[in-house]
Amino acid sequence: MANIEQRGMYESFPRSGKNVSYTHYCPGCGHGIINKLIAEACADLGLQDRTIFVDPVGCGVFTYYYWDAAHISAAHGRASAAATGVSRARPDAVTIAYQGDGDLGAIGFNNAFQAAARGERFGCIFVNNSLYGMTGGQMAPTTLDGETTTTTPFGRDPALTGHPLHVCEVFAQLKAPVYIARVSVADTKRIMQAKQAIRKVFEIQRDRKGYALLEILAPCPTNFKMTPDKAAAFCINEMEAEFPLGVFRDSAGEGLAPREIPRAASCRELFAEKDAVPPAADDPSFEERRFKFAGYGGQGILSLGLCIAEAARLERRHTLWFPSYGPEQRGGSANCSVVVSGTPIGSPAVEHPDVLVCMNQPAYERFAGDVKKGGTIIVDATVPVVADPPEGVRLVRWPAVKMAEEFGVPKAANTMMLAALKKFKCTGLSDENLETALVASFKKKPALGEKNRELLRAAEARDHS
Amino acid sequence: MTKFVKSNEAVVMGALYAGCDLYFGYPITPASEIAHGAAKWFPMLGRTFVQAECETASVNMMFGAAGAGRLCMTATSGPGFSLMQEGISYLAGAELPAVVVDVNRAGPGLGNVYPEQSDYTPAVKGGGHGSYQTFTLAPASAQEMFDLTVKAFEMSAKWRTPAVVFADGLQGQMMESVELPEEESPRPDFSAWAAEGRPETRRNLVKSIYLDAAQQEEFNRHLQEKYARMAADAMSESKMTDDAELVIVAFGISGRIASTAAGELRRAGVKAGVFRPVTLNPFPREALAAAARGRKIMTIELDAGQFADDVRLNLAKAGLGAEAASVRMVHRMGGEVVSVDDAVKAAKEMI
Repeated sequence: MANIEQRGMYESFPRSGKNVSYTHYCPGCGHGIINKLIAEACADLGLQDRTIFVDPVGCGVFTYYYWDAAHISAAHGRASAAATGVSRARPDAVTIAYQGDGDLGAIGFNNAFQAAARGERFGCIFVNNSLYGMTGGQMAPTTLDGETTTTTPFGRDPALTGHPLHVCEVFAQLKAPVYIARVSVADTKRIMQAKQAIRKVFEIQRDRKGYALLEILAPCPTNFKMTPDKAAAFCINEMEAEFPLGVFRDSAGEGLAPREIPRAASCRELFAEKDAVPPAADDPSFEERRFKFAGYGGQGILSLGLCIAEAARLERRHTLWFPSYGPEQRGGSANCSVVVSGTPIGSPAVEHPDVLVCMNQPAYERFAGDVKKGGTIIVDATVPVVADPPEGVRLVRWPAVKMAEEFGVPKAANTMMLAALKKFKCTGLSDENLETALVASFKKKPALGEKNRELLRAAEARDHS
Repeated sequence: MTKFVKSNEAVVMGALYAGCDLYFGYPITPASEIAHGAAKWFPMLGRTFVQAECETASVNMMFGAAGAGRLCMTATSGPGFSLMQEGISYLAGAELPAVVVDVNRAGPGLGNVYPEQSDYTPAVKGGGHGSYQTFTLAPASAQEMFDLTVKAFEMSAKWRTPAVVFADGLQGQMMESVELPEEESPRPDFSAWAAEGRPETRRNLVKSIYLDAAQQEEFNRHLQEKYARMAADAMSESKMTDDAELVIVAFGISGRIASTAAGELRRAGVKAGVFRPVTLNPFPREALAAAARGRKIMTIELDAGQFADDVRLNLAKAGLGAEAASVRMVHRMGGEVVSVDDAVKAAKEMI
């Protein structure tokens, strides 16, 4: 084969354990011509070192034996998704996905379409021969009305299978692609046009301009069950009637510059905290306390729990917080659990709270019976307590909602509850750390932090006995 | 430096410290905070976040990025994890490093968003087609969500197989303190095999296809030999097992429940211990055998017994047939969590 020019191709192809100098394509197949045009474009533009080909499953699967460049052999239908990954991982590379019409038009259509919509920086060369080749000549989305394939033995029936999918026309609805065109390799004149278009796809990628789709109509004599010349004529007369050749998009492709965002030079800088708290210290003498906070969403239940956890952290206790989540969280009720311990925490679940804070009736009904003997329930005074707490459990009715309203800050009902936790010594944590944690919880609105500290102290000072 | 963070966020921090350059993902409860954190923090460090159109796309984007020689990841939950299995098989078949985080929710089907450990089989045994294995780690705290994510990248690169960080919905939502390291991990060099788009890697080929049956078999033998060597990197934790009459075997969140239950049992005069596998594949069989020999075995799990069966299998393979036969399971499903009370009660019944 040395006498035949094969720019961009390997000198021989070690397929199936043999070193051969011919491709696996059938005589008259469009892939062979396209493969040669792609190899030449890549070599002529001096891009072999920079190019990463993403190979498909289908008749194009063995291109890695032919094109002298780096290859990644993708899953069926996923070349455009894989090419997205390649192009994002290697922005300086020239990324080219090679896909057939079953691969791109059927199983992988959404991946190809979404990549085009995102304007991924790769070129997609899409070979349309109107059917599945490698798999045995089945109907593809591009099969013509009436065309006989192994899965349309009576001819494609539009009443049952719809009409051929026009990939270029669909993709041309998108804003991001910079180049969309359809060419053919059915005769010499068309091959010369295809050659220019393929070059263009490489140039767009070389210059990092954006997404390019080139559809190439190709004859498949084997599955058309035609001689090569008849297959080429079918391609020109029948396929072009359905899939007209042409350029659907050819824009300058200046590309959008990504928006400016805040940057950090390292993980350490990104995650640095101004007032970093030292890690927990073991202190087995501290008796573990488990808390449950429950009420309606919007009552500050989750932040009240976080406040206790933060105070525990300041005190160098082990602590853990977790919320109810999912539809429950969105459905109006909220609860969270907090564990504070002198030693590493085992089970995160708070089955038997030492302290239960209830802001509404359902919360009391659901959790009051679980409270540990010797524990405390603080319930808002507006909640009718219809059932007694378990034996040995202290019940405190505390007018958190009313007080917050009286202070003119209805949103501070959770701060009022914190006052009760502090006043009745339920937390095992120091007053100072509870206050610091409360103020810190308003990090983004420091004035509110100080206001809440005042409210906390005022609520605590009130006599409700 | 210590930070108080959601476990799901700790995963993102771990990935960034480990040198992960790309995140591809599709949001799903209860794993979404991982995507949220990645969307914010990856770009701030000049790294890449891509919201994929589906989980099939996520995993195949990873295939491309890993094939191009970069560390990358995704995070998902049950249904999304199912969709990724084909791609994980391809990653294993092409020997590519990549990290998949599964924050297990209740199934099957749509199920609900509450915790289960029922993805055990696909997460631990390789849920896709073909004879492949992942390196699977089971964190039990926010700290481990960080540490084991770092470890996942390290092991995935070392063994050139995808790693799975197997968590559950409860711990994903949990906030705890995490100690962050001073330094980030250096980037591994994959230029020997990756397609990086530069002269040094021009003739590299990333593929999982061996058309010749003999070659495919040879490749499979190579994989199996590699997986056998992975056993050296198994990790586990044994607590109070030295004098135990009963050992509770549990992983992840169930391991923490086991730990509290064992403490209560000890206070009640029952000599209980805990064995917690930290890697589920490779399974820490030798360490389990050492902790379990001559003891009664109870598992705690949030599935239908997939884990208990694996414990039995590993005990039997370690030659501990009697211990394997003694295994009793305490489990909940559907998003319910095993209570310490139930675990203690079941353990007492076994003694």
